[in-house]
Parts: sequence; C-alpha cells; structure tokens
Amino acid sequence: MPDVPESGSEGIIAERISGAVHSDRRHDSAHKHVTGEAVYIDDIREPAGLLHVYLGLSDRPHAKLVSLDLSKVETAPGVVRVITAADVPGVNDVSCMGRHDEPLFADDLIEYAGQPLFAVAAETREQARRAARQAVAVYEDREPVLTLDKARDAAIVVFPPMTLRRGDAEAAIAEAPRRLEGRIAIGGQDHFYLEGQIAMAIPGEDDEVLVHSSTQHPSEVQHIVAHVLHVPANAVSVEVRRMGGAFGGKETQANLFAATAALVAKKTGRAAKLRPDRDDDMVITGKRHDFEVDYRVGFDDDGVIKGVEFLFAARCGFAADLSGPVTDRALFHCDNTYFYEAVTASSLPLKTNTVSNTAFRGFGGPQGMVAAERVIEEVAYAVGKDPLEIRKLNFYGGEGRDLTPYHQTVEDNIAPELVADLEARCDYQVRRAAIREHNAKGGWLRKGIALTPVKFGISFTATQYNQAGALVHVYTDGTVHLNHGGTEMGQGLYVKVAQVVAEEFQIDIEKVRVTATTTGKVPNTSATAASSGADLNGKAAQNAAATIKERLIAFAVENWGVPREQIVFLPNRVRIGNQEIPFGDLVRTAYMARVQLSSTGFYKTPEIHWDRAAGRGKPFYYFSYGAAAAEVTVDTLTGEYRVDRVDILHDVGHSLNPALDRGQVEGGFIQGMGWLTMEELWWDLRGHLRTHAPSTYKIPACGDRPRIFNVDLLENGRNRKDTIYRSKAVGEPPLMLGMSVLHAISDAVASVAGHTVCPRIDPPATPEKVLAAIEALRALKPA
Amino acid sequence: MRDRVRFLLGNETRELAEVDPTLTVLDWLRLDERKTGTKEGCAEGDCGACTVVVGRLDGDVVRYEAVNACIRFVATLDGCQVLTVEHLREPDGALHPVQQAMVDCHGSQCGFCTPGFVMSMFALYQGSDEAPSGSQVDDALAGNLCRCTGYTPIVAAAGRMYELQGPAADRFAGVAERLAALRDGETLRVGAAGRWFLAPATVEAFAELLAEYPNARIVSGATDVGLWVTKFQRVLDVVVYTGRIQGFRDVRDTGDALKISAGATYTDIIGPVGALYPDFGELIRRIGAVQVRNVGTIGGNIANGSPIGDTPPALIAAGATLVLRSSEGRRSMPIEDFFIDYGKQDRRAGEFVESVILPKPAPGTRFRAYKITKRFDQDISAVCACFSVRIDGGVVAEARIAFGGMAATPKRATHAEKALIGESWDEATVRRAMVALSQDFTPLTDWRASAAYRITVAANLLMKLYVETTDPDADTRLVGDRRLVHA
Repeated sequence: MPDVPESGSEGIIAERISGAVHSDRRHDSAHKHVTGEAVYIDDIREPAGLLHVYLGLSDRPHAKLVSLDLSKVETAPGVVRVITAADVPGVNDVSCMGRHDEPLFADDLIEYAGQPLFAVAAETREQARRAARQAVAVYEDREPVLTLDKARDAAIVVFPPMTLRRGDAEAAIAEAPRRLEGRIAIGGQDHFYLEGQIAMAIPGEDDEVLVHSSTQHPSEVQHIVAHVLHVPANAVSVEVRRMGGAFGGKETQANLFAATAALVAKKTGRAAKLRPDRDDDMVITGKRHDFEVDYRVGFDDDGVIKGVEFLFAARCGFAADLSGPVTDRALFHCDNTYFYEAVTASSLPLKTNTVSNTAFRGFGGPQGMVAAERVIEEVAYAVGKDPLEIRKLNFYGGEGRDLTPYHQTVEDNIAPELVADLEARCDYQVRRAAIREHNAKGGWLRKGIALTPVKFGISFTATQYNQAGALVHVYTDGTVHLNHGGTEMGQGLYVKVAQVVAEEFQIDIEKVRVTATTTGKVPNTSATAASSGADLNGKAAQNAAATIKERLIAFAVENWGVPREQIVFLPNRVRIGNQEIPFGDLVRTAYMARVQLSSTGFYKTPEIHWDRAAGRGKPFYYFSYGAAAAEVTVDTLTGEYRVDRVDILHDVGHSLNPALDRGQVEGGFIQGMGWLTMEELWWDLRGHLRTHAPSTYKIPACGDRPRIFNVDLLENGRNRKDTIYRSKAVGEPPLMLGMSVLHAISDAVASVAGHTVCPRIDPPATPEKVLAAIEALRALKPA
Repeated sequence: MRDRVRFLLGNETRELAEVDPTLTVLDWLRLDERKTGTKEGCAEGDCGACTVVVGRLDGDVVRYEAVNACIRFVATLDGCQVLTVEHLREPDGALHPVQQAMVDCHGSQCGFCTPGFVMSMFALYQGSDEAPSGSQVDDALAGNLCRCTGYTPIVAAAGRMYELQGPAADRFAGVAERLAALRDGETLRVGAAGRWFLAPATVEAFAELLAEYPNARIVSGATDVGLWVTKFQRVLDVVVYTGRIQGFRDVRDTGDALKISAGATYTDIIGPVGALYPDFGELIRRIGAVQVRNVGTIGGNIANGSPIGDTPPALIAAGATLVLRSSEGRRSMPIEDFFIDYGKQDRRAGEFVESVILPKPAPGTRFRAYKITKRFDQDISAVCACFSVRIDGGVVAEARIAFGGMAATPKRATHAEKALIGESWDEATVRRAMVALSQDFTPLTDWRASAAYRITVAANLLMKLYVETTDPDADTRLVGDRRLVHA
C-alpha cells in the first residue's frame, strides 16, 4: 500500500507483482499499528467545539420508569444538553430487524439493568460522565426474568422459533437399540473487542450528518440514524476506516452509540462523540447467547446415531436483535459433521430481562456444534468407545448419508479425510494410549486428549445479505483507488480485496489504495459478518476491476489494431501485440481517448435459497472444514488445567493470503477456547452483570495459549465452488476448533471414574466447574 | 517545596504546574499532548493497551519499566522519562526492531492492542541483550490482552526482535544524567484549590506531611486507587505519593529476616523473597502482570486491607511483623493483627506502613502458597492459600495457615491449624484438618467463585500441601517453576 516503500515501482520488469493473491501479504496497516499511527475513531482530531456524550443507565432489570429527574444532570458543570426519548424527532428505536423492540432511550418500560435512559452532552468526557451519575430515577419494580428457567415459565419469545425436521426422529429414537437424553448449558461470551464502542457525529448542512462509527454494518447505522433523526437515508453518511476488533459485537451494537451521537450533533449543531467506559460498554451491549440444549438420541450398539431431537433454548435478552437468525444458525449446525438418519431440531428464542444478545463470531453455530459434540460424547461413553470413533462412525458420507437436517445436500465433504489426516499428523492414537497409561498411575494431575471436527456453512441465511458492491477508480498515474462495502476489523479484509484488484490489473499492491468504508461510496451494503467479507467484497471488487480492464482491452484492440487475445496483462505492464507498455501508459493513453476509468462492481452469491417456514432449502453456498486435537492436564484437586498441545488442520480453500488466514485460525481457536473454558458471564440476583471489565471477565492471556501449537492450513485446498480465487471463508469456522479443549478436559476428568461416566461438563469449563465434575465422579466411584 | 512536576517525554522536558493530582498519564498523553498512539482499552490496568515505558533512575542507571498509563497519575512521573509508541521509530523513520518484528511476524490484526504490546516488548528488549526464554516472554506479555491473534505471532515477534539489527545509536544516551539533574530533596507539591499532589523525598517529610494532612490518601502504585478515579470518579483532595521517598523501596537482609520497606514494588521483592520462600516468589509472580508489579508495592498491598490481596496471607503464614510509623514514632505488630474487618485496618490517622519484617524460614519449615483463579496470569484470587508447617519426627510441630478470599480479611485458619498441631503428619490428620477448615471460614459466592468451590478447593489445597511434603515424586503443579515445589 502507498505508505510503505517496498519493491515494485513502475518500469521494473518483475516476474510477479507484489501482493498477488495467494501470497503472505502483511496487513495493510501493520506499520501503522506498530507505530501508533493507525487512526481509530477516538484518535481522529476532534472538530472545534466537539461535545462529549455519556449515557445514563437504568439500575433495574425490569421496572416502570415512574419519573426521571434530570435537573441535577442539566446543571452539572460543563453540561450543554440532555437528551431523552422525548427529544427523538423520528423513531425512538435502534432495533436491527425493524421490530421496534429496542428503544434508543427507555421512557416507560425498563427491560434490563444498564438500559440507557438518557444522554448528556458536556464540554469534556469527564464532565459528561460525572453528570450522567446525577439523575434521580423512580422505579416501580416488576418481576424480572433473569434466568432461562424463568424464561421458560414466562414463555415469551423475541422471534418466531424455527424447526428443522427430516424423517421421524421420535420414532427413530423409540426404535433405536439404545437411547439417552440430557441437557447441556452453554455459557455466553463477551466480545471484548479492545476498542470499545464509539461514534463521532459531525453535523452538516440542512439535515445532513456524517457519523464516524466503529461498526461492522455502516448501512444499518445509516438507516438507524436516519430513522431516529427522521431524515432520509441520503442525509446520513457513515464512515469507518478500521475497528479495533468487533467479532460480531459491532454488527448491530454500534447503532445505539451512533444514533445518540448523531442526535446530539443535530440538536446542538456541534460535533459530538460518545465513547462509553469499558464497564458501561460491557453492561450496555449484547453478547453471545447462552443456551440450554435438551437432547434425546437413539443409537445402536456401535454408536451409530439413528435419531436425535434437540431443543435449543436461548437467552435472547429483552429484544430480538439478531436472536432469530442466531438461533436459526444453532439449528443449522446441530449436525456439525454428522449425518442424522432422523432429526428434529427446534429453537426457543426466549425473552429475558437482560441485555439483548447479539451476533458473535459463529452466530449460534458454535452452540449448535457444542450440543452435537455433547451428544457424540454421551454416545461414546454409553458404548464404551473413544469419542473419535463415534465421530467417524457418524460422519456425512456413504450411500444416502449426505442430507442435512435442512435438506441441503453436503457436496463438498472433506471431514473424514481431514480428520484422518490430522489424527495421523498429531499421532493421536499413540498419545492417547500414553495418556491412558499416565492416568492409570492415579496421580493428582490427569491428562486428557480429544479431536473434534468443524463443518461451518458459509452464506448469510438471510439470502438478501449475500450481495456486495465495490467502487474502483484508476487514475492517470496508474494508481488505483479501491472502495468496497466491507469493513476492516483486523481480519485483513482490506488487504485481501486489494490483492484481488492488484491481481486483476497485474499491478503491485502498493499501487492500490483502499479507502475507508463509507455509505457514500458503496451503498446498501451488508454487514461484514458471516465470514463473508472476502468472498463477497473480493468478488465485487474483482467485478469492478474487470469492467475497467475490459474497457482497456477494448480500447487497446481499437487503438493498436491487434486482436484481443494478443493483449495480456503482465506484472505492471501490458503486452499489446509485440510491444509491452507500462500499465500507467496504457491508462494515460486510454484517458486521452476518453475511456471511462472508474467502475462499480457487484456480486451476489449464486445457488442459495432458503424457506424458513418449510425448513428446506440451500442456505449455504459451501462449507468450511477444520479439526483440532487438544491435549490438556487437569489438576484434580483444584479443577485448574493447562493446555499442553493443540494440533489444527484447517481448510481455507486456496487461500487468498495464507499468513492472514493462519492468524484467523489461531486467533479464532484461542477465542473459542476462551469461550468454553475461562470466560464466564455472571449476573447477580438483581440482574446486574458483575463481570463487566477485564478484571472480572477473563479472556485468554498470552500464557494460556497451548504450550505446543501446531497449526496447518490444508495443503492444496481449493473451493469446489467458484469463490474468489477458490478461497474459503475463514472468519468464524476456526472459533469452533476450541471445542477440542473442552472435550480434552472432559477426557481428563473422566479418568477419575475410569472413563465409565460422561462428565457432562457444561461450558465454560471454569476450574470450579471442572472440580465439581471431578467431585461428582469421585462420589460415584472413589478414585 | 517544589511546585512543578518535571520529567522527560521522550527526550523533551516537560514541566507541569497546577496539574490535577489524579490526572492519568493516559489522559494527559491523549488529551493534552495529542499523542494518540497509546490506547485506552479498559481504564483499570488489566488489558495493557495503554502500556508505556517509564525510565526511572536506580542509582545511576535508568531502568525501563512497562506500566499502565491508564491508572498512573501523571504527577508520579516526576523525575522519570516516559516513552510511548511514538518514540520508537528511528529519526530516519526506520522501525525499531520490536516494531519491525511485529510487522514481520503478522503480530497485529485489529492493531488496537498493538502499541501496548510493542511497549511491553520494548521494555523487555531494553532490559535484556539476548532473547528471553519462553516463560519470560509469557510473563512479560501477561499484562497485554489481544483478542485477535491468539498471541502466537506476538510471541514469535518477541524472539525475532533480537535477530534484527538494533538501533544504530542509543537515542536515549544521557538520560541518566538528565534524570539525575531533576532529582532533588524537595517535597513536590502541585495542584490547586485545595487539591494537592504531595510527593515527599524523605521518610521524615512523609511523616510530617501526614501529620499535616491526616486524611490524605497515600498512593504508591495506584493500582487500586487509580480505579477509584477512573471507575468511580472519586475526587481525592490530597494525595501523598510515596514513589520519590529515598530508601523507601529498600529490601535489606538483617541476618534472620528481610526488612522490606513499604515502597518496595512486587518487582523489587520477587527475587529476595523468592530466594527465601520460592512459593512466595511464585505467588508474587502471579500478582497482576509486569505493568502492575512494576509499580504496585508491598506496603500498598497490606495497607489497602483487601481480603483478596495476595501478599497478606503469605506474610501471615510466614509470621511477618508489620511496622507502622507516624510523626509520633513507630509501632509494630504481627501482621495478622493489622486486619480488623472488611475495610478496617489498625492504622491510625497520620500513620503509614513503613516496613515489613519477613523472618527467614526456620529449618525444616515447609512453606507453600497456592493461588486459585480462573486464569493463571493477571487474575485476582478466588482463593489464596498459604501454609507454613514444620514437621518434626513425623509430627506437626508448627502450622500457620492463612487464606485470602475466604473471609472479610486475610485470615488465619485457626481450627485447621489446631487440628494439625501435635498430630502425626498423615492423611487422616490432613482429612480432619480439611473438615476443620469449614469452621474457620464461611466464604461468599461471587463472580470469581461460589462459596462451595472456595471451601472445597481450600480443603483440597491442604491435601496438596500434604502430597507435596510427603511424596517427592508427585506431580502437582500446572504452572510456575515446578522445580521449586519440593524445595
């Protein structure tokens, strides 16, 4: 990119361009990250007179707001303006699904502790924060629904449930030689993006406003701001150059902050910035849904699953947010890599008086898979086999064993080969035998090992989101301006898409500048989510570049009078007949001949369709696969554990950028491991989240990564579908590799009772949960 | 009396008058200096995104230490040099090896934590000429959270930075002399309108200031007080800072004990304490992370009185004595007597913790410290258990057992001790003591652990002590230097 002097200036004949697709190109902002020069929203130099905004929050989880006395807030030092629901000129709503169930400011009914009641704008952030504490609210408490148990009793859903059904599961279970049932509780997870939520709004002429928002979904922020301000969408521009992490936590959660900042800006005529403190951020914003999954499974004596039923109850919080699609995706992944002869899976998106849960890397899929793997584990203990054997027995594949619970045929299954490959690479069987031998000595530290697979469906299940736009300008000096609808949150999307454009034009990537994502350049974008960023925006950008390239070719044919097959784009130059000219020369010549050197690009994913009511269709264009083998040591006196070794083999197709994909795999694994082990959300009896900062909410630290960590991308991978350069999506799937750690812990714990009883550890497997499982097994069978 | 804070920002001198006593280094950098490379991730010293490096004069050398800018007050920089991520590039724009290694190893993704990592690695780089061991790297980076990478490429960069060509010249040459020139014996007093930041240079001046301002808030590392400001927005009127007091961080061997001055940081004491009590050293290693240990003091950990401070249970088990001082003189007490109740300690107005006398272990004493947390590094104890037992001829001659996280104060387990003393050191005795422990404690349930887990694990740790003292072959530790276990 232009900020870095690297090889490849015009005129040098290189065999290959720098930053070509499939190369280990560094992140486009790496130099700026390490020098502190990368600008995040809070680093943008503030316009003169900028106001700092802070939110006043509810103290009660469920109450009628009898009165709200803001007089002390208004008179606090530095305060310029206080805003409540009554000040909203448009719709007092920031809900993403248009269900009008998520007020910007609660004005009557309070539905979770921490719900914003008002905003205060002051000259400094410190003043605004202090003022926000001065409100006096009078509440009339109502009975809060704080647990899934209570939510089941109340039985209010925030979104219509879904059922997937294939065959007669009930009958299949009844007829199966063996049966079992159980429940697994799966904890939620805070995103813990390092850069918290933030928005800065700058008022413009007439009804216009520019909002810098740390969002994965600028178009949605644009629409929400427009609705709240009661202005047309074309009055609102939303821009984001980069986010300091998002992980799904800025797909819808940025709406509230952006809308508040925009509202203050328009009310006061001054720029306004809202950045909550970390603790408030964690209290105000939604998280990964915690689930309770009931399962019934029928199987034969070998461990082949004949029929299975799942009920996925999810804590959705007080509003729908994305809970419908999240719980849907849990169902879509209740099979993981396994074929169920008969299956019924239903969702129960329950309303609770807690923060409205939202998207988080995997989007319900991880919870679906964790349930599937619990069932596998249960069956394995029931038939007395290694869970890996049961996994293999039940893989998709073989005659008539390729249909998912949603009636999509699995056409690209590589799980059996991939798992076999990893099993050999990591010496699974030998190590497992050694571990069994170690544990047989009866020490206090027990070891465990597990190998778990992942199959993840790629595409938004809301089909309309599977589209993307891009805008490419070629300037007469041969440099390229690239803009697309995807957002950069650290995953390296900008550089991947730049690689695609560089490849298309055959110019060094230093010639391609990617500019901040903005609704003004590429409209009606989808969230950068569902692992789709590179798939969609890469194709759209390629389309835009190809359009310009086609114009250049047509021009060259005419100008030089050569047949089109004699025009070849070589690295930084173009061969036209017998001559080669620099790319920039061709561009300048074309400009002189009035050839349009700018184009939009567009892409929509082919083939996919989905009928939610029928539970049938082809919601996914393809699947991404991976597997991980984890080995752990557990302290049976304390429940603490250490991850000794992890081996990963992951399929990224023909990677656009193996170095960045490896980063996604490693980082996703650690994040998934954190979710299933140490990351615990804890609400008190008053409905207040008490794990709302890194002092109380523990994400994995440096020392928690596996002592030995072997990560391989599947060699010679290639997407069977026509994706961008045959690559595969990589954002979400690796998160679920973290399941291997949970199962390895379970394996170690099971040794306390001679591997006869499934430990049934409900994640997060904190030391406390692990010790409880150990003590329960000890009570069954003294060690 | 001096009325200006003087320090170096990079190589530039800064003199601040009328500075707010609790203005943080981070806010000063970002808001006043417009140096936005340093990030706020949590404002409580737990994520490391705000890590800067502070050079302080130790004798006549400059020690570079990573600290959390978010909870350090800017006036505490007096006499120091502060370096941020903006200072590392060479004058010609070339990246520092730390930065280049991070780029080469794909060590950044979203980049928001990166400046903090870079500065922690820079402190490591400045402190050692050769590549540190894996566990040293883990330890150096334990106070920096990254949510994107999973750390592997960052750890790789910490190795790679030593393979790259170092900076051509030491751009910070002469800093020692410049810092020495800033040193004086004057009390520093900055602030305005009755809100003062006072930093005495001698212990006598400290005592006099406290006599003058008996309600002043004594601040050392501010690893807790910093949060009162950033999280609870408490207004502290008079702050007395201990960091400039000559000799206040000394650790002295008095023959049969270590005399540890209250201002000694965890980093200062980890070596000498660990040499006497390896497990106490390992416990200190698990207090906070480097950024916290570089500023947090033993005196602060005691005087704060928290039931979940980690050094008090260890000091109680080891039989340490606390020395308090005021302008009236000194008094001392067994350290457990200092902790009266939750939020209440035996410290009178105008008094301060001057030192701790840590006796050397008597021959035959077995000392063990266990810290139970959800995460091994940079976490607060759910339970901290410390044991000092002496077995004589198979019989328990002495037992001092103290726990943190089990009661409103750090507290001895007197019933469990009684169940052990005079009994033969065998499993039946241990099991009786495990039961007796439930008479000692009625712990709370909170987000760190349930009451049930606390009581169970506390009892199990007695068993662990027994196993470790009777079976030299037993493998019992997941982290730390396991060679120390059977020491």
